[in-house]
Amino acid sequence: MSLKRALAATTALNLCAAVVPAAAQDSSITIATVNNGDMIRMQGYTDQFTAETGIGVEWVTLEENILRQRVTTDITTRGGQFDIMTIGMYETPIWGANGWLIPLDDLSAEYDVDDLLPAMAGGLSHDGTLYAAPFYGESSMIMYRTDLMEKAGLEMPDDPTWEFVRDAAIAMTDRDNDVYGICLRGKAGWGENMAFLTAMSNAFGARWFDENWRPQLDSDAWSETLNFYLDLMEEAGPPGASSNGFNENLSLFQQGKCGMWIDATVAASFVTNPDDSAVADSVGFALAPNTGKGRNSNWLWAWALAIPAGTNQQAEAKQFIEWATSKDYIELVAENEGWANVPPGARTSLYENPDYQAVPFADMTLKSILSADPLNPTVEPVPYVGIQFAAIPEFAGIATQVGQEISAALAGRQSAEEALSKAQALTEEEMEAAGY
Amino acid sequence: MARAVTPKQKAINTGLAWTIGLLIFFPILWTILTSFKTEAEAIASPPVFLNFSWTLENYAIVQERSDYLRFLWNSVIIAGGSTILGVIIAVPAAWSMAFVPSRRTKDILLWMLSTKMLPAVGVLYPIYLIFIQLGLLDSRIGLVVILMLINLPIIVWMLYTYFREIPGEILEAARMDGAGLREEILYVLTPMAVPGIASTVLLSFILAWNEAFWTLNLTAANAAPLTAFIASYSSPEGLFYAKLSAASTMAIAPILILGWFSQKQLVRGLTFGAVK
Repeated sequence: MSLKRALAATTALNLCAAVVPAAAQDSSITIATVNNGDMIRMQGYTDQFTAETGIGVEWVTLEENILRQRVTTDITTRGGQFDIMTIGMYETPIWGANGWLIPLDDLSAEYDVDDLLPAMAGGLSHDGTLYAAPFYGESSMIMYRTDLMEKAGLEMPDDPTWEFVRDAAIAMTDRDNDVYGICLRGKAGWGENMAFLTAMSNAFGARWFDENWRPQLDSDAWSETLNFYLDLMEEAGPPGASSNGFNENLSLFQQGKCGMWIDATVAASFVTNPDDSAVADSVGFALAPNTGKGRNSNWLWAWALAIPAGTNQQAEAKQFIEWATSKDYIELVAENEGWANVPPGARTSLYENPDYQAVPFADMTLKSILSADPLNPTVEPVPYVGIQFAAIPEFAGIATQVGQEISAALAGRQSAEEALSKAQALTEEEMEAAGY
Repeated sequence: MARAVTPKQKAINTGLAWTIGLLIFFPILWTILTSFKTEAEAIASPPVFLNFSWTLENYAIVQERSDYLRFLWNSVIIAGGSTILGVIIAVPAAWSMAFVPSRRTKDILLWMLSTKMLPAVGVLYPIYLIFIQLGLLDSRIGLVVILMLINLPIIVWMLYTYFREIPGEILEAARMDGAGLREEILYVLTPMAVPGIASTVLLSFILAWNEAFWTLNLTAANAAPLTAFIASYSSPEGLFYAKLSAASTMAIAPILILGWFSQKQLVRGLTFGAVK
């Protein structure tokens, strides 16, 4: 056969392969998920699930924002590309209300649905029906350097006020040695700076909307929140904080450049891991600060597994969810990788386990989760569910724009008042357009 | 008349060209270097350039976690298929526009190009719904078609520019010698335009290889190419920069090598028609 013919034959074969999609197995499910440590770990154990049940598992792992866009497109068009989707507390009640998710109201007795932490089960339900099973949950808390706190002659209370945090941050700051008293999120985005600031504003008594859905960003409470945040970051924050998100602050903290960092509780396992963190042996934990108004600045989030209404593999998907979010799965991970690496924040029984209670950040994680109430996030009543967000479809777009205004204020391009005034105007406009 | 260039000017020009070249290449170089660091070294501040403990661990982890060859194969099929299909359609289209122009040819060319001005997300839902109806979601053939359509205006434009440089008299002579339309395009025009077609093919292949909107939004487990492979290593909650860099290096290596070996064709193709 000549070279030309061989090439032509190979090309033809390849094109045939391209035309015919790979045949899917009958007992195979496709799961869309995020690239987080716990999720990646779960992928490593799915062979065991397949061996036990005969159900194959295909993973589609994507970056969080890409995943959100991808699964939203698929579920709204009933594309049926995924049998299980990894979604959060923001999407679950909205999608559940729209009938886009299969209710998880018939889970087996062995699954012990009552063991799910009430805050998690509540945030993943709509009208009392569970629509997604929490794989891991998180709140936020203060992670601080015990050595720097001691050097400053201070002692961190378990439940500190923002005043204490400001004083401590200023005392710990040593700009000559590249040490900054506090690292907080500044990067714009509804899940970035606005997650932090919305949770912080709850402690100051602020709210996004009043009972009649009127935006409240021009309130005194929001002004107090933002001015406090901006002043604190100017006095004790790192340079360029307006572009810092979770990863940037994690990197700064691990390199010993932050005295305190208020962020997701899952970060505790990263900052105490001696392989990655230079300060692993001198990290303490405390509740996110309050202002004495009865609310702390901590949020509540869960990455959860849900079944889209368009799937043909409902039974298999439910079987997988029961396996991945079960007590047995937690035991499996603990056995192989230690208790510090099990998915946290989903089940009450985990926090009653003496082995897990020995993990240094377990107690404060639980306290943080328990102190968060998505139904009553702030001092005054609100018409929405959610602590660091309002669970309405319009929120992500609005909060991202508001986040950009606040990020600009942190970068020194405008004042707090200017940022809030623009934020109020754009929120009013969007809410009016949405028919509120 | 060519201008005389003094050795000093030549040295300055060369230095400037190298500086710009290195600046452009620096992000790629940094990605490659980061892929050989540990996660702690990847985020070190101040950053370390070459003085770190080189490791292949990230590549080992990426290999273990992902089926790289499956993603690579999908990329080859999708980029190759869309390019071949695009050229098959574009050659006759460009021929007709270059040698048998009508009053509306310029308008058609501009109209074709105007489709590139719409943000892709604007047509995501219609395309997604069409793909559901046709059963093309998560299939390589679906992506071949969509990427061909996306790159077609550019392919037609480039080939049109090339064909216009070829004297119409040659084709006329072929016609007088009895060549039909098929023979004229296949045996007269195409061989003369091989350098142009080659650079068009290369550019189309590179564009399809790097396309990261449709390839992410229309695929799931079966047809995902290397863009999805990279996206699976990015995370806003966790420091995986070294692994992400290793995945990126593995994804760009084939196209980088291809571009390196064919840079003369590529530069010639891209500057053709501009220099007269």
